[in-house]
Amino acid sequence: MPIASREFRELRLERISRDFGQVRALRDVSLTVGRGEFVALLGPSGCGKSTALNCIAGLLQVTDGAIWLDERRLDEAGPEDRGFGMVFQNYALFPHMTVRRNVGFGLVTQRRPKAEIARRVDQALALVRLETQAEKLPGQLSGGQQQRVAIARAIVVEPPLVLMDEPLSNLDAKLRLEMRAEIRRIHTMLGCSTIYVTHDQEEALSLADRILVMIDGQTRQLGTPEELYARPAHADVAEFMGYRNLFPCRAETTADGLAVTIGTARLQATPMDAVGGAAVAAIRPDDLRPQSDGPISATVEIAEYHGRDFYAVARGADGIELYFRSPMRVNPGEPVRLAAPRDRVLVYAA
Amino acid sequence: MHRSLSEKLWSIAVWAVVVFFIVNLLAMIGSVVVNSFGTRWFNTWLPAGFTPQWYTMAWDEFHLPDILVVTAEVVGAVVVLSGLIGVPTAYAMARRNFPGKQVVMLLFLLPLLVPPITYGIPMATVLYQAHLAGTIWGVILANLVPTVPFVILIMIPFVEQIDPRVEAAARVFGAGMGRLFTQILVPLLTPGILAALLLVLVRTIAMFELTFLTAGPTSQTLVVALYYAVFAAGVRPGQSIDAMAVVYMVTTLVWLLIALRFVNPTQIVTRAKQ
Amino acid sequence: MSLRRRLRERGLDAVTLLVLPGVVFVLALFIYPFLYGLVLSFTPKEGGWLANYQKFFSDPFLYDTIYLTLQIAVPVTLLNTVLSVPVALRVRLLKRQRLLTTILVIPITLGTVMVAEGLLTYLGPRGWLNRFLLEVGIADSPVRLIHNYWGVMLSLVINGFPFTFLLTLSYVSGIDPSLEQAGAMLGARARQRFFRILLPLLAPGLAITLALSFVQAFTVFPSAVLLGAPAGPTRVISIVAYQAAFEQYDYSLASAIAMLMAGVQVIIIVALLGARTLVFRGPASTGKG
Repeated sequence: MPIASREFRELRLERISRDFGQVRALRDVSLTVGRGEFVALLGPSGCGKSTALNCIAGLLQVTDGAIWLDERRLDEAGPEDRGFGMVFQNYALFPHMTVRRNVGFGLVTQRRPKAEIARRVDQALALVRLETQAEKLPGQLSGGQQQRVAIARAIVVEPPLVLMDEPLSNLDAKLRLEMRAEIRRIHTMLGCSTIYVTHDQEEALSLADRILVMIDGQTRQLGTPEELYARPAHADVAEFMGYRNLFPCRAETTADGLAVTIGTARLQATPMDAVGGAAVAAIRPDDLRPQSDGPISATVEIAEYHGRDFYAVARGADGIELYFRSPMRVNPGEPVRLAAPRDRVLVYAA
Repeated sequence: MHRSLSEKLWSIAVWAVVVFFIVNLLAMIGSVVVNSFGTRWFNTWLPAGFTPQWYTMAWDEFHLPDILVVTAEVVGAVVVLSGLIGVPTAYAMARRNFPGKQVVMLLFLLPLLVPPITYGIPMATVLYQAHLAGTIWGVILANLVPTVPFVILIMIPFVEQIDPRVEAAARVFGAGMGRLFTQILVPLLTPGILAALLLVLVRTIAMFELTFLTAGPTSQTLVVALYYAVFAAGVRPGQSIDAMAVVYMVTTLVWLLIALRFVNPTQIVTRAKQ
Repeated sequence: MSLRRRLRERGLDAVTLLVLPGVVFVLALFIYPFLYGLVLSFTPKEGGWLANYQKFFSDPFLYDTIYLTLQIAVPVTLLNTVLSVPVALRVRLLKRQRLLTTILVIPITLGTVMVAEGLLTYLGPRGWLNRFLLEVGIADSPVRLIHNYWGVMLSLVINGFPFTFLLTLSYVSGIDPSLEQAGAMLGARARQRFFRILLPLLAPGLAITLALSFVQAFTVFPSAVLLGAPAGPTRVISIVAYQAAFEQYDYSLASAIAMLMAGVQVIIIVALLGARTLVFRGPASTGKG
């Protein structure tokens, strides 16, 4: 019998670490995942998010720390004893088995009665809308269909926790959107917990209840998608969350709040750390807009038409590059004045 | 992955098999080398003393200089000819689709899959009737039978990985077939050709059956001479046979080491699979 | 002009002609001799057209060789393959396989004659192996391992195991490791993962490995002469073929024996490849779940 059962309160990672020789791929990561929660591990490639997922799965052993499912310690158990579902990046479908036998594999290893296996496989296939493909081999299916088989195979054993390792990275853009909605729908229907690894911030924002941002094998920020989008805790998280404009600046506290000086321009800003003196200001391109009395003056260098608006790059008086969006046409060579609202200019200690 | 006690024991057992095999292999090679330098060797781990005399004896009595010259001639001719026949054929096989290509492919696979002794006997019969067997040319032709298909099969993937647009570009700039081969293809294919021909070299030095079936007294290569020496053991001291074996071993292994700078060891066996 | 164009449309142009030297060569020195041998085997020195085959199957001295050869080739092929699979599964996990594969490629490169001479020295009554057995007390008197069945067996292990192993390793390395991980995540233990996932995926490659290893062992020649008892238990079929050709100068009988050798090989290979399709299709099509 697998250790895990459907009924559980939470999965706890307590300061888990993993070394590969001299390389510390994962350092002191802690996380609690509640029942029914969807948590995304987000970070650039090589940040340790897949290592963390493999440690939870049991495919890698932790060098240090502990993994708990309620009161039961899991990190000593092998992957076959943990009873979690997993969807692999390349799907890892067994090429010599039909869709039906792939999906039923976990139930067969649990030695369930044949009738029950058949019934539950049918249910799982219906859930991913593949009833008609049951007798095909994986090689005869499209990428999106293979993805659905992989999901059905992971959930048919009714695991308390489903682990997904960049499951959408091998699909084209249109299918990716479609499968994203599908994954969220299945998660909600089953009420299981999901841990989802991705390097795509948009995917994480749209799917997850909470996001753990990892950089260099460490937790950088844990929060809801809204918190991460609007209030990244560090400059590197901000950069990863799409704050394309990162300027070295000088910060000073005035009577009506914080002000920063970027080159010659002076902006009202929001402090994210205790700042004073040298600092870094972060602004998303969406928040930097042309405005006739804007404090930053620059010259447009590149303008791309994106349908809804223009995406443009301008160069400031002191040589800095500014990325911004404009609802009106802007043309290369034209002067432009830019502004950003106070709460959208985030300032971090340098 | 997490490993239980029984899995650890299993792992130890598997490694024990590997170590056992390697120890015996090295001991086998070692005993030949030690014996070839030994004086008298009875019921002890090592001979009573060491001497190089067996090498001078083998050198003279087995006519090693002649045999080495023949071996070099045979191997050199086989390497050059299998390259000259095999590389253009591989190019055509990689670049063109024509009716019957599958059959031609099977034709090239068969000599690699059928063991030499099976086809060697009828082939030797034909070569004897053509009065080629017994001469050095008979030996060379016999050895080409597996090496030409071998070169073809190794070279096909090497040709396939060259972007045809590179050739198209050369054509656009006015290169004809000859110039295309000498100035574009051969330089790009050099690593593949080098690997293929080095493997042919190693295989031909060690090719016993085909040479044995077609060689006459003056066209023996080293490995066949070694066979006859072992076959007639008792005529000469065992140490001098081992001295000859060491000469053979050094010749083979030096080329193997050179070849392994350009190819992966697994390629030596896996090229023939399909 | 239009003929050339029509030919080109079917893929025949000057470049295609480059296959001709290779094709002509293989036809002339492989296919023609083989067919020549086949015809020759039906034109015996004396008697009807089947006389050679009748002679072979009526003379126990000749037909026993098939049995003797199988008695050596079958066990050694199975042993080499059965050892290769677990070793290859372990070695696959190693990052640095190169040293091991290099050592194992040495006996393949040295060839059968050299291994025979090496084993004569190593396994002989005064060799290191017997020295070790006597010294440790496993044996009271030197164990006889050469000039009999065991000498040939051991030489086929030394030459054949690396070959089988390297071939198996290349097939094992072709299996995506995440398949085994997926099996583990679904609760399959090591034994189940091996029998339900790895073995079915390895089966096609194993069938080819078995076929190639068998064919090599079945045509054992130099070590059967040098290391075995060529007049007795290791009188393998290639020895009688050789003797017919080069000692009795009966090329017709020799060709007949060579054809019989090829026949046995074809039967075994067809059986193995047939079994491969059974094993591979079997688990994929039977049962629901």
